[in-house]
Amino acid sequence: MPKLSPFQSRSALQNRADLAFRGITVFCATVLIIIMLAIFFELVRNSGLSIKKFGLGFLLSMAWNPVTQNFGALTSIFGTVVSTIIAMIIAVPLSIITALFLVELAPPILSRIVGIGVELLAAVPSIIYGMWGLFVFAPFMADHIQPALGKTLGFLPLFQGPPMGIGMLSAGIILALMIIPFICAVTRDVFQMVPAAVKEAGFGMGSTTWEVTRKVTIRYGFRGVIGACFLGLGRAVGETMAVTFVIGNDHRISASLFSAGNSIASTLANEFAEAAEPIYLSSLIELGLVLFLITFLIQIFAQLWLRRIAKGMGDRL
Amino acid sequence: MKARSLFARRLSDYLIKILSALAALIAIFALGWILSVVVSRGVSAFNLDFFTKLPTPPGISGGGLANAILGTLLITALASLIGIPIGMLAGVYLAEFGLDRPFASMIRFAANVVMGMPSIIIGVFVYTLVVKPARHFSGYAGAIALAIIMLPLIARTSEDMLRLVPNSLRESALALGAPRWKVTLGVVFRSAKTGLITGALLALARISGETAPLLFTALNSSYWMRSPKEPTANLTVTIFNYAMSPYPDWKAKAWGASLLIMIAVLALSIFSRWIFREKKIRKG
Repeated sequence: MPKLSPFQSRSALQNRADLAFRGITVFCATVLIIIMLAIFFELVRNSGLSIKKFGLGFLLSMAWNPVTQNFGALTSIFGTVVSTIIAMIIAVPLSIITALFLVELAPPILSRIVGIGVELLAAVPSIIYGMWGLFVFAPFMADHIQPALGKTLGFLPLFQGPPMGIGMLSAGIILALMIIPFICAVTRDVFQMVPAAVKEAGFGMGSTTWEVTRKVTIRYGFRGVIGACFLGLGRAVGETMAVTFVIGNDHRISASLFSAGNSIASTLANEFAEAAEPIYLSSLIELGLVLFLITFLIQIFAQLWLRRIAKGMGDRL
Repeated sequence: MKARSLFARRLSDYLIKILSALAALIAIFALGWILSVVVSRGVSAFNLDFFTKLPTPPGISGGGLANAILGTLLITALASLIGIPIGMLAGVYLAEFGLDRPFASMIRFAANVVMGMPSIIIGVFVYTLVVKPARHFSGYAGAIALAIIMLPLIARTSEDMLRLVPNSLRESALALGAPRWKVTLGVVFRSAKTGLITGALLALARISGETAPLLFTALNSSYWMRSPKEPTANLTVTIFNYAMSPYPDWKAKAWGASLLIMIAVLALSIFSRWIFREKKIRKG
């Protein structure tokens, strides 16, 4: 075998170093897939006890009794769904018109300042929203908003009951505040992607700003706005600390939005560290599995949707 | 087409303009309200004891949160030590090697899924993976949970930043005979430095306010930490416990801790935005 020239041996060494480097990066990237699969696997494995004992009935049972060790997910799922719906009803229109303000109406300086403010709203940690919600916003709701709602809309079962401040409605409103920045940021990007020529054509026809927005901008970016809403939805469903502080933490289903309830995330936050019996712990982990599956489905849908649009618009969103 | 009077069209235009300004105002007002409440209530909890003393037993006033401050710093530092290198290398794979391969899009998908996972699920996951087999809560478990939250954030931002580096730079370095790893770490990384740091700082800002993943991993403690193998005091879980307690002094401390966390998080996110902008302005 001929001896390698110094140049060749060095290049062989370099090749090996390059291969090793590439291997390390591949490994680090694979960690992400491993984590995703491991979360699912661990949740399924550790909720086995509860799945075996309660079966599918777990999802439809309102029971939650650590003493008799009878558990069901319905109250938590109900709370998650209701608080999320309230949040979306408030956040979606507010985010869209705020994005509109930032892109179309505000002078550039104001737009930048307000934009930074909205972004900072996203940076505020969940637990700070919780503190503010419990000690400042909930009393404000109890003293002003809830009595007013009771007086005007009290004929609806939704707005009946004592104004305690904490409860579904307050949790939903705080959730809305927390997801507005996410929906608003993507919506703003979508609006900015609308070609100026299309809008100018609208203005050239003598349309007002709102007419151009409604008939051109929103229609052009409609699918992007839907994608933004799904991102916000994914956030709202799993939000934990802020909801735990203000939702009241009661395993109960009530028609009134003023009454206390719970969500999957708040039940986990409150009870997980204290769950001693295996079946109690297992039921809590199964709740976690339900939340995992809900967010997973929302994520998949949002990603496929946004990818399709990104292709259509020829830009990465 | 139905003709509408100019007046009606102008009126609806005007109304919408007012409404949208109002919506923006609501968001700014909420931010101002939250910040002002946290500052005004938090400042009154600050004194020397708050930063230097251990917590007192329930109901007894005085003492401080020194152990929780230290614990949060340590858990966050540990999490960064795990999360930042792995995340950046994953970003290197995506930007330098993976590109449009199916495997790379699988990883991007996984990163987005983990990024969108509620942080409490990450907490449950680390509980089943680390805490349960070890049979006790630990600072390490908390750090792992936070590292998992950091990972996809860092991977995706690093990928974006590395992709901004022009290919000609890579090609010229390769043409000089530099091996691929040297090109990446020595040339591409240096060129994308500001962006990478921004991404890391934003991820740091995100995890320093996290509570849910620490609730049943690091738990909490009222003593100094002797080793990360024990339950470790931290600010966010302390806020949760103290806020739910019936003692006014503890609630005041919870506000103090909230202010501390908020200052850290906002400072990190504003600082990271600022250095990124600086760079852009200097370049442009």
